[in-house]
Amino acid sequence: MKFTEPAGPNAIDNQTIISRPVSRIDGRLKTSGGAKYGYEQLGPNTGAAYGYVVGAGIAKGKIRSLESSAARAAPGVLAVVTAENAGKLGKGKYNFAPLLAGPEVHHYHQAVALVVADTFEAARSAATLLRIEYAAEKGEFDLQAARARGDGQPAPIEQDPADTSVGDFDGAFAKASIKLDETYSTPDQSHAMMEPHASIAAWDGDQLTLWTSAQMVDWHRSDLAKTLGIEKEKIRLISPFIGGGFGGKLFLRADAVLAALGSRKARRPVKVALPRPLVFNNTTHRPATIQRIRIGAELDGKIVAIAHDSWSGNLDGGPPEGAVAATRLLYAGANRQTATRLAKIDLPEGHSMRAPGEAPGLMALEVAMDEMAEKLKLDPVEFRMMNDTQVDPEKPERKFSLRNLRACLQLGAERFGWSRRPMTPASLREGRLYIGYGMAAAFRNNIAMKSDARVRLGRDGRIVVETDMTDIGTGSYTIIAQTAAETMGVPLSSIDVRLGSSDYPVSCGSGGQFGAVNSTSGVFAACMKLREDIARKLGLPFDSKFEGGRVASGEWRIPVGEAAANGDLVAEDGVEYGDLDKRYQESTFGAHFCEVTVDADTAEMRVRRMLAVCAAGRILNPKTARSQVIGAMTMGVGAALMEELTVDKRAGCFINHDLAAYEVPVNADIPHQDVIFLDELDPIASPMKAKGVAELGLCGVAAAVANAVYNAVGVRVRDYPITLDKLLEKMPIRA
Amino acid sequence: MRAFKYSRAASLKDAAARLAETPNAKLIAGGTNLLDLMKLQIETPEALIDVNGLPLDQIEVTQEGGLRVGALVRNTDLAADVRVRRDYPVLSRAILAGASQQLRNRATTAGNLLQRTRCPYFYDTDQPCNKRKPGSGCSAIGGYSRGLAVIGASESCIATYPGDMAVALRVLDATVQISDADGETRDLALADFHRLPGDAPQVENDLEKGEIITSVTLPKPVASRQIYRKIRDRASYAFALVSVAAVIGKDFARFAIGGVAPKPWRSETAERELPQQGVARFSQALFADATPTRENRFKIVLAERVLQSTWTENRG
Ligand SMILES: Cc1cc2nc3c(=O)[nH]c(=O)nc-3n(C[C@H](O)[C@H](O)[C@H](O)COP(=O)(O)OP(=O)(O)OC[C@H]3O[C@@H](n4cnc5c(N)ncnc54)[C@H](O)[C@@H]3O)c2cc1C
Ligand code: SF4
Repeated sequence: MKFTEPAGPNAIDNQTIISRPVSRIDGRLKTSGGAKYGYEQLGPNTGAAYGYVVGAGIAKGKIRSLESSAARAAPGVLAVVTAENAGKLGKGKYNFAPLLAGPEVHHYHQAVALVVADTFEAARSAATLLRIEYAAEKGEFDLQAARARGDGQPAPIEQDPADTSVGDFDGAFAKASIKLDETYSTPDQSHAMMEPHASIAAWDGDQLTLWTSAQMVDWHRSDLAKTLGIEKEKIRLISPFIGGGFGGKLFLRADAVLAALGSRKARRPVKVALPRPLVFNNTTHRPATIQRIRIGAELDGKIVAIAHDSWSGNLDGGPPEGAVAATRLLYAGANRQTATRLAKIDLPEGHSMRAPGEAPGLMALEVAMDEMAEKLKLDPVEFRMMNDTQVDPEKPERKFSLRNLRACLQLGAERFGWSRRPMTPASLREGRLYIGYGMAAAFRNNIAMKSDARVRLGRDGRIVVETDMTDIGTGSYTIIAQTAAETMGVPLSSIDVRLGSSDYPVSCGSGGQFGAVNSTSGVFAACMKLREDIARKLGLPFDSKFEGGRVASGEWRIPVGEAAANGDLVAEDGVEYGDLDKRYQESTFGAHFCEVTVDADTAEMRVRRMLAVCAAGRILNPKTARSQVIGAMTMGVGAALMEELTVDKRAGCFINHDLAAYEVPVNADIPHQDVIFLDELDPIASPMKAKGVAELGLCGVAAAVANAVYNAVGVRVRDYPITLDKLLEKMPIRA
Repeated sequence: MRAFKYSRAASLKDAAARLAETPNAKLIAGGTNLLDLMKLQIETPEALIDVNGLPLDQIEVTQEGGLRVGALVRNTDLAADVRVRRDYPVLSRAILAGASQQLRNRATTAGNLLQRTRCPYFYDTDQPCNKRKPGSGCSAIGGYSRGLAVIGASESCIATYPGDMAVALRVLDATVQISDADGETRDLALADFHRLPGDAPQVENDLEKGEIITSVTLPKPVASRQIYRKIRDRASYAFALVSVAAVIGKDFARFAIGGVAPKPWRSETAERELPQQGVARFSQALFADATPTRENRFKIVLAERVLQSTWTENRG
């Protein structure tokens, strides 16, 4: 299906199954231990061996020697894989540091060896017998220092330019009545998903089967083929369930490559899971940013000038954090500019994590907006509404496909009781606790991606959907089943969904909140094709109705299964987008509100309640969508108050590399969350009239928390995370 | 984890004898700390002696009217004991502020006292650490030290003792009962149990080879208000940045501070002067010899503030 013009009325509009709060169809499997993750596909007594990954103990330099004889002689050891004996390895399209180092070391805990043994314990124990000597070299680990030196290059944000400029920012800013010029910083962060990166590799001759935990089946498969130097077709890659990814499993990682190499050497299937302390430095992370924001406004509250410069660092070949992306689109203002600078930093690979770009960008922009509103003596909600725009402010000829930011702000303010907020900071107390309210706008782009699927109708009327789409905990199985059931007019229970295998047509995969909208659009396309095939087979017109498990036209009511009486009917199709996303700006919008308490003695900050209002086109399943959004809001609280990879600038590593030291919110930190979805359809964005929604739930949250903290105690912290030590000595004196 | 020999102790004497005889042996109780460290090869015992079968899991009233808590009493049971909740609530509160329900179900009284530091460099075997590898250097000095000690540290180590329970035991004037292979027993004030690092940070307490903790004894309760405040970045499941255990009576006040030093920090001298000098002076005295880093200086401010409000809110 070529999607080149806005969607007209279609089968999805019935909304008899889609858009209903259906519980996950894989829920029972998940809660009963029946859902087998990649690493569980071969259990004990299957002949699988275990590989233990050893990470580099330096951040930059060379391996001078790697002595493995003691490890090889240890009980149970089958093989030791190193760069020296692995054969020539290529580099995947999405990797920029090799996944097996040697002799060159590019970052801390980059894999330098895999020890394979009969048992996990034997492999782990033998791994400590490797004697590795390094020749360490000096690296640059300090983004602030690099920025101070001006040591960075303009770097494009994927397809978009590094820098943009419209009108005369400098002139307009100089003349503006009210001005803000502040710098904000966000730290390096880790995905910290529950399931670490884990794979099993098994060779059969030159054929490789890899069970893994991948968000993008096809990317992993292609990059594994490239890395191993074999044909992609020789690899079967299976990723049935994923215990969280958040961007950390978009790309091929060391577990997969080393499992394949280890299995080749040990001549047995090999299981490799990254030990938790390795995950933080061995895999990717969200890079730290330093962002300068300048806003100039007239006394009436209209923004006349806005500029956003963002710095981040990465290894050679790595992308910048696109923190200015939202600023290009969120608010009006005739004179504007953005700039993205990338410094060479020798920390581990920086890459996509939880709404890359917008999430850290809004952590700065939406605090700046709060600060501006205060300078203008305007209600922050009001100030944002005044500067709303229905067109791309950098290219005013481009309209938004659908933009209901104002409605989100208004409804949110009303439902949250925004009018009850303390009008001056540090003015509301309950015993020892200061109370503060904060809000922020939410913004995240929609991404249109090609996505294919295959549907198969059996004579029993059951329909099997196959696509290499993944379910990373999001509910893909469920919304895909809903889409197929709705389109085919059959009950949900007649649909079987098969995902996460390279045997199936290539989908968009999961990430960047592009999974749900594109994969269901692809399934919708395949189902529409199947409908044609069924009608043709039954000799009914193409506009026949599909409902109640039957095909209906005029007097006729034929059970769908009859079309497959002489054999399964199989249809394959997908969605392919034209230039609608160039003609229109497709984005999702929302508003976040929160109430925090700050302890007057200790400056401990706790969130009391939160509300998100989201406008993201058709919501395919309000229950799974809500789960996505509350999860995202939780991540926002983490980003605001605790998440930080601490850089040891001497060792060149993130030193708090376990889940005790890298804190994420626990249940007690998240007391009450509400989510409201606006009832809207976006026919320009996709055939489903839906857009992505999950990451929208994160974008802006941290700023809302930060603004609430400010409202509670009158202290502005512009360096995340906002920890109590940054407030303590500035707290109001307790009466 | 290195391969190790595992055996179950038949009796207290048996455990102590094996501990004394076997080179590089360790006791295992709940295992919640020791096993984690073994997996990371930070602890590499060649033999584990399991004490879980020993009859050290009772809480009994002493002749003096206090409580003797067996070394194997689980944290959950200790915190839930009605006598503890009634007479030593600061102890219940401190325990319940720590770890998680599951961990507390396993964790034992003795094991809790002996839990090791949470200094991040201690956990990274690629980084120098005097405590893990004596003589290799201290990475935390000049490194990431936000969570580490502001007082009682040395040039060889600035790690904190991370636990909560011991802070309450310290303010309650608890004593530790220790037994060795010859059946000799000794009584040690908790105040003297943990050692400051000096130039041997790997030695964390006063136990000699072959010695076993058999119990911890609480003196007769005193009429008082008891408070435990634990300050941390998230609401639960985190070690204290600073904690304050307080026992405040009609004419006395005792405070022990956690998260600031290699042991629960307390000054009886300063406490005696508190009523005359006031709490600001008191905390100055408590932290008189502090050597904070730029990153952890806030702990002193934090402790002072909590002391101030705890005192103001609860004094007679
Ligand atoms: C994720 C996590 C979070 C935690 N959070 C907190 C927290 O917030 N606050 C807190 O206070 N603690 C916390 N802890 C630590 C926890 O309290 C300790 O792990 C636990 O108390 C140790 O008790 P155990 O019986 O399991 O000790 P084990 O691990 O069995 O033993 C610890 C040490 O004690 C020795 N030992 C045991 N019994 C004896 C004995 N009778 N005589 C002599 N030596 C003995 C062992 O040889 C070993 O060296 C946390 C732990 C984890 C894993
Ligand atoms: S503070 Fe102590 S535990 Fe931490 S690195 Fe230094 S010596 Fe090791």
